Amino acid sequence: MSHHIIDVKNLKHTYADGTAALRDVSFRITHGESVAIIGANGAGKSTLLMHLNGYLAPTSGEIRIGDFPLTKSTLPEIRRTVGMVFQDPDDQLFMPTVHDDVAFGPFNLGLPGEEVEQRVNEALEQVGAAHLADKPPYHLSGGEKKRVAIATVLSMTPDILVMDEPTSGLDPYARRRLISLLRDFRHTKIFTSHDLDMVMDLCERSIVLHEGKVRADGPTMEIFRDEILLAECRLEKPLSMQGCPVCGRGRCRS
Amino acid sequence: MGIDESFRGLRLLDQLAFGETAVHRLDPRAKVLVTLIYVVTVISFGKYDLSALIPFFIFPAVMISVGKLPAGFVTRKILLLSPFVLMVGIFNPIFDRETLVRIGPIGISGGWISCTSIVVRTMLTLGAALILVGVTGLPAICSALEKMGMPRVLAVQILFLYRYLFVLAEESGRVSKAREMRSFGRRGLGMQTFSSLVGHLLLRTWQRAERVHMAMLARGFNGEFHTRKEFDFGLRDLLFLFGWTALFISLRFWNLSQFLGDLLTGIFS
Repeated sequence: MSHHIIDVKNLKHTYADGTAALRDVSFRITHGESVAIIGANGAGKSTLLMHLNGYLAPTSGEIRIGDFPLTKSTLPEIRRTVGMVFQDPDDQLFMPTVHDDVAFGPFNLGLPGEEVEQRVNEALEQVGAAHLADKPPYHLSGGEKKRVAIATVLSMTPDILVMDEPTSGLDPYARRRLISLLRDFRHTKIFTSHDLDMVMDLCERSIVLHEGKVRADGPTMEIFRDEILLAECRLEKPLSMQGCPVCGRGRCRS
Repeated sequence: MGIDESFRGLRLLDQLAFGETAVHRLDPRAKVLVTLIYVVTVISFGKYDLSALIPFFIFPAVMISVGKLPAGFVTRKILLLSPFVLMVGIFNPIFDRETLVRIGPIGISGGWISCTSIVVRTMLTLGAALILVGVTGLPAICSALEKMGMPRVLAVQILFLYRYLFVLAEESGRVSKAREMRSFGRRGLGMQTFSSLVGHLLLRTWQRAERVHMAMLARGFNGEFHTRKEFDFGLRDLLFLFGWTALFISLRFWNLSQFLGDLLTGIFS
């Protein structure tokens, strides 16, 4: 199925105030891949994500999602294909109840009421939040909000999931649960994160952005072993690859 | 009273709407209409009417007890606003000194009566509005109003306002706490820092609005709002509506207090 493919070619983006956020970004992500986009603050990760569902238009370069180039006329189709989960769930959950929020996307797709109902139930079931359906979003905990935010996207049956900092602000237990939930998804997945241990758990491939350019693109393990590269891009090895702080013994799985 | 505390009140009020009582289960439209009729009736009384207003306390009393609302909480919220109401009526006793009622040797001027009337009426109407929110919830009120002809744009505006009120309240609570912690004594709590603080909140709200809009677009928003239609205006709602309306109208034209008073004085004379 070719509509799971993301093809970015020579993407450049300069903001109106002259900041060049993306200087030259190219990559191709194929069906079923799980890819992390990592980089220091200000490396251009968020700007890149905002291009993937057409919120920002490239200054130059090209983006293809599946069979479509990203243009104004293909936007609705692309926004259904690419499910975008935002970093702050409060930005994403704006309807009076969880149910209404999860139903928001399917209704906008023009689905009939029963189908919407079914999708809402399935999506909430999938993230283990069925019991929250009638609650207003502002009464949920951080972990619950995050899972509901994912459900709001799942209900549109996207082929590609894009998530900005999925584990930020979660306690260790909620983080674990989220990681195992994400591991089970069969979508093409793209994450940005500073949680490099999560990246190691979930992504076989990583793209390192540095000052608006792709600095490295390859298997996650290889990238994390390259200490010079990491230092250059203001990154560090994931904690689980670093030596034990108590006994000093390394436990790098190499 | 800090932002945090008033925010807790708002949260509590919001949670009340999740109650499971007979009043909660009524169609929101019935409740909105009854409250509207109640408010209009109470306001329609003349400026010196006071005794006729007393029987109207029955509506909030019944709603609070059947809806199992915490009476103390509702009363506190109303009392909180009463100083402002008093400001509205406080000049009446000064300008209107004509004696209207005599209780023994004490003459009560029209000004005092109209002032009290204003306070009582405000308490009644405010109470009714609070109770309506408590037994219905703002989102349901909004969709009820929309079904009864309020423009959709307005309904959506109110819903968004309400949703992000909670976020904004938390945010401003954090900001003002941060300011308090770093201002010692009176320094740092002045007007100047306050205005910059509010400015920052405004800018942040703006940025959030942008992100929310982005999230809406990402899920295919095209200007239409769809919601579940689950209202069912049944016999119970009809009875609720007509029962209260009949009571309000008869109490409007027929002074129960005076009747009871006449009855009593008739018996004793």
